[in-house]
Amino acid sequence: MSTATDQAQDAKLNTYRGGPDERGHFGIFGGRFVAETLMPLILDLEKAYNDAKADPAFHAELSHLNTHYSGRPSPLYYAERLTEHLRGVAAANGGDGGAKIYFKRDELNHTGSHKINNCLGQILLAKRMGKTRIIAETGAGQHGVAVATVCARFGLPCEIFMGATDVERQKPNVARMHMLKAKINPVTSGAGTLKDAMNEALRDWVTNVDNTYYIIGTAAGPHPYPELVRDFQSIIGKEVREQMQAAEGRLPDTLVACIGGGSNAIGLFHPFLDDDSVKIYGVEAGGHGIEVENGHAASMTGGTPGVLHGNRTFLLQDSEGQILEGHSISAGLDYPGVGPEHAWLKDTGRVNYVPATDSEALQAFQLCAQLEGIIPALEPSHALAFVTKLAPTLPKDNLLVMNMCGRGDKDVFAVAGYLGIDI
Amino acid sequence: MSTQTRIDRRFAELKREGRPGLVTFITAGDPDLETSKQILFGLPAAGADVIELGMPFSDPMADGPAIQASSLRALKAGQKMRDTLDMVAEFRKQDQDTPIVLMGYYNPIYVYPNDKFLVEAREAGVDGLIVVDLPPETDDELCIPAAEAGLNFIRLVTPTTDEKRLPKVLQNTSGFLYYVSITGITGTAAPDVNKVHKRIELIKQSTALPVAVGFGVKSAEQAKALGAVADAVVVGSALVGAIAQNLNEDGTSTSKTVPAVLDLVGSLAAALRAV
Repeated sequence: MSTATDQAQDAKLNTYRGGPDERGHFGIFGGRFVAETLMPLILDLEKAYNDAKADPAFHAELSHLNTHYSGRPSPLYYAERLTEHLRGVAAANGGDGGAKIYFKRDELNHTGSHKINNCLGQILLAKRMGKTRIIAETGAGQHGVAVATVCARFGLPCEIFMGATDVERQKPNVARMHMLKAKINPVTSGAGTLKDAMNEALRDWVTNVDNTYYIIGTAAGPHPYPELVRDFQSIIGKEVREQMQAAEGRLPDTLVACIGGGSNAIGLFHPFLDDDSVKIYGVEAGGHGIEVENGHAASMTGGTPGVLHGNRTFLLQDSEGQILEGHSISAGLDYPGVGPEHAWLKDTGRVNYVPATDSEALQAFQLCAQLEGIIPALEPSHALAFVTKLAPTLPKDNLLVMNMCGRGDKDVFAVAGYLGIDI
Repeated sequence: MSTQTRIDRRFAELKREGRPGLVTFITAGDPDLETSKQILFGLPAAGADVIELGMPFSDPMADGPAIQASSLRALKAGQKMRDTLDMVAEFRKQDQDTPIVLMGYYNPIYVYPNDKFLVEAREAGVDGLIVVDLPPETDDELCIPAAEAGLNFIRLVTPTTDEKRLPKVLQNTSGFLYYVSITGITGTAAPDVNKVHKRIELIKQSTALPVAVGFGVKSAEQAKALGAVADAVVVGSALVGAIAQNLNEDGTSTSKTVPAVLDLVGSLAAALRAV
């Protein structure tokens, strides 16, 4: 006869939502691979987060900010014309399908992306911990803008580390951060993208340990970051459950989200992981194509397990364990790793991870703008590119939700450049 | 097999001689394999008591600009982990006494992978490991297997390691302790000798291990001052900085590269012998 403990363990193995363990592991992934100087800080953060989780006042304040400052809940929108268009594609190929496509409109949040969900949670943690200075890394600048925003709102000075290449290709967001009084530190090491910005933020943190809180922007890094960022982003999936229930009276059948580090995706996916009927797809940046060496940023489709930035996960790396730069048209997906929970969800087979190339994302970007009047960021354009392939293969009663995690205002100049449009 | 390692024997000698040791850090393969070998082979005669040999990594998160650049020079020159181990094996043919500690980040070891790395490092004549991103919470990854393979696992103690945490850091540490004299990255701020002195006295109440001090030691004067309060002084950024300052414009070595590093080691060693 099995004991209560055995049953508890069985129960834990029967859920995809039980991680991480007390040491921050999702299977073999995750963990806390940091220099000794940072270890006490990370243990403090873990304790502060556990205290906050148990404090109703923390949840009440966060909920109030989500409603009145960010504008949550974000709508669940039926993308009717895109749905019709892709049903037309299905019919042209001799099919009679075409999923019913919904967008979760997280691009309508204050600051223009899902990043604010996490930043509001973390700034409240920083306040609880008595920290007086905020640092962050950013790729596309969406996280940087969200951090600069909450720092302005809570009156804390902040410094943003951003790769010099990204400073160049995401100028509108750089200007917004300046307006919000953030100090921007362009990082020239490496390829000057998100990985290098994260290295530099870690170097700052290790130097300014006493007063500084590091707001990591994605569900990656040393434990407890992957867990707490996921928790703050899970509001996306929780809302979708309720909204789909209200709209269609049942759960969705298919979820799709883009993956750089994977915070918007884990936020959408996590509340549905134990619903077997829901098929889940994460879309990575396929860049010039998965077959092009160092020409993409699809760490799960084209990478191997390794240890970087405090966690074990799938990485783009060579046979010597040196990290590759990767490439994506989207600065927000241009990262050679991925959050450890995604690595584990790939290993367990619960989530399917697929790539979309730069050119597929550009096509989807235009399609969405022209059919729905929504200019998406280049990041969710990757998710949308996969939707345009997947939806026509699904039956008409298949309810598909794609996370529209960011708006494309920041990308219009870059996209115009790619398309050869003179503005 | 004696339980005394080459590192233990070296620190016992230093104690008998009554002087602080000089621990020198260079990155293996910087600026190229041949030049790096010449520097390595010349270090003991120049006055290095213990050698830290950096395993280059693309993303050295705990290092300042000098060691970052050094690591990238080595990688650009094509340095591979097997080259680094071969350098040690060749060094051992001529020097059986000077300990070599491989220092770096976990990923290149993890990918090698761990068990193969430990066997080959031991065979090459490596004495110890410092892996920056493996804190005591991860001891089952590499620290305990390394000890079982006969390698010392040297741990960093930092200004943020408080008295409560110190026993955890000491638990599986052997060889010596590396006290990081500043909060920050290598080769940037200058350490405050008085603060370092107080911390080392506290640490010494909890362990019999020798304590080396590093991060930010640039001059013979600083080395001398820290040598008065520690068992050894680590110098790294200044040495790889000397490499950087003595290269051709295209980054290749010159006739001055090797002597510049060894001369600096000589002056640091002389300062420490005058403590």
